[in-house]
Amino acid sequence: METPLTEHIRPGHPSPDLAAYQKLGGYQALRRALTEMTPTEVIEAVKDSNLRGRGGAGFPAGLKWSLVPSGDDAPRQRYLVCNADEMEPGTFKDRYLIEGNPHQLLEGIMLAAYAIKADTAYIFLRAEYTCSERTLREAIAELFAENLLGDNILGSNYNLNIHLHTSAGRYICGEETALLNALEGKRAVPRAKPPFPPQVGLWGQPTIVQNVETLCCVPHIINHGADWFKGLSKTNNSGTKIYGVSGRVKRPGLWELPLGTTLREIIEEHAGGMLDGYKFRGVIPGGASTDFLVEEHLDLPLDYETVAAAGSRLGTGTMIVLDDRTCPIAMVHNLETFFARESCGWCTPCRDGLPWIEKTLSAIEEGRGVASDIDLLHQHSRMLGPGRTFCAFAPGAVEPLQSALKYFADDFEQHISEKRCPYKHLQS
Amino acid sequence: MSPEERQEIEHEIACYPYKQAVCVDALKILQKHRGWVSDEAVKEVAEILEMSPSEVDSVATFYNLIYRQPTGRHVIHVCDSISCWVMGCGSICEHLKKRLGINMGETTPDGRFTLLPIVCLGACDKAPAMMVGKTTHENLTPETIDALLEKLP
Repeated sequence: METPLTEHIRPGHPSPDLAAYQKLGGYQALRRALTEMTPTEVIEAVKDSNLRGRGGAGFPAGLKWSLVPSGDDAPRQRYLVCNADEMEPGTFKDRYLIEGNPHQLLEGIMLAAYAIKADTAYIFLRAEYTCSERTLREAIAELFAENLLGDNILGSNYNLNIHLHTSAGRYICGEETALLNALEGKRAVPRAKPPFPPQVGLWGQPTIVQNVETLCCVPHIINHGADWFKGLSKTNNSGTKIYGVSGRVKRPGLWELPLGTTLREIIEEHAGGMLDGYKFRGVIPGGASTDFLVEEHLDLPLDYETVAAAGSRLGTGTMIVLDDRTCPIAMVHNLETFFARESCGWCTPCRDGLPWIEKTLSAIEEGRGVASDIDLLHQHSRMLGPGRTFCAFAPGAVEPLQSALKYFADDFEQHISEKRCPYKHLQS
Repeated sequence: MSPEERQEIEHEIACYPYKQAVCVDALKILQKHRGWVSDEAVKEVAEILEMSPSEVDSVATFYNLIYRQPTGRHVIHVCDSISCWVMGCGSICEHLKKRLGINMGETTPDGRFTLLPIVCLGACDKAPAMMVGKTTHENLTPETIDALLEKLP
């Protein structure tokens, strides 16, 4: 089984420096692109590979890049932005990729920037990743020192600067248009769409925003080709995926596996199964803003379409497991507390709806719930759903709620009829 | 504004086509030197970036890690997001509150510690986790927390 993204990552050891990375074949893809390929050919290669965004939305990367205007009258200034604002609760894969092999990401950024003819790239890194910041600063400095960044890279007449921007901590900055406002130094609320960033992005210029893991795939696609990349997956999706598991399992962690690996294999084999004394109850498969999956879904391959057909989203691919001794209502309450706190407050349904949901769940959990609360929560799930809010934040926030109402309906009813949380005595 | 602070901000300005882009960086630079961002600091950033103080404050108040109030020498951010919650961050918070004698959002009377909640730190496989200053500490227990706090001046 091939693990191109993580094969050179040695946790607990220093990441490969520029010399070591080049010895491992690093920057061969960049060399090849700059000397043998046109920017359009790089876009075509990525398009052919069917690489989809690994940050949560799953949009095809090559297609996104091809939306950047390219005619003679197109804006000359374009930007490539790497979204390293990994703040989705339960998600820790981009940190692993950055700290484990920073040059792999930087090579991906350079290839993407070349493909869209951008001369400036920004890495938007969350503030709390201070180790990632150090790692990236050192790696970028190495590239400038060796003339692999700056003017006339590898004698190709292509110029590129990469700047690292560290944020100050706010979940909404991961939303790509909020991220652009944050980079511009504005209050980081999302922008109205359309126009979309590939046409009108950073400072009004065409901009591609792409997640860390997505960009890390690009050098491998250029090196080995689209067919090879497609073949990495177990289903008709392409590539590998960094899957992660946290919660009460024996070995929480991350694994690079073929896209389409089953939930059961990830939880039972790689994560070692549930801790002794705990049973599997459910899982949110791709970070906090995805719908619960339950036991009946364990044998589903985790790829974009299959998870969507099961009513959830692959999201970031890093899952949080719910065990049988943890109250599902309390778990959803924790999630909605997060969303209520992190709502940027720009649009009313999100700003007012999420605290209402949070208070209602709190009342149910504490035994103060009434029968009509269930309908109220269903209503909120609809009213905060897709198309009713300014961005995807609130629709994401209600995903775990709407699925909890479906799969854990008995628990909701028991809390209300017994006026207490039946799990209280089970918690250690 | 000290020459050092000004120099650091100017260095960031050179990385962007517009001055305003370094608003967050400038706030973080002043906070690094002064511990927090006062009204005076907001005005200084506004002046150097040619923004209005209210624009700067709308940015300053937006972020979890820009402190608009004085803090203790060590700011403890305890993750209370989902993975840490499943793994028992509630008892970690209770332990910290009891040991420090303060609630979330408060500073110890000796000015040593400020206690704040934070969203997911990306240490979910090593939960529960907290960040003290710039360092993340993982797999927390009351015992490891006690040992850590004793080492901090």
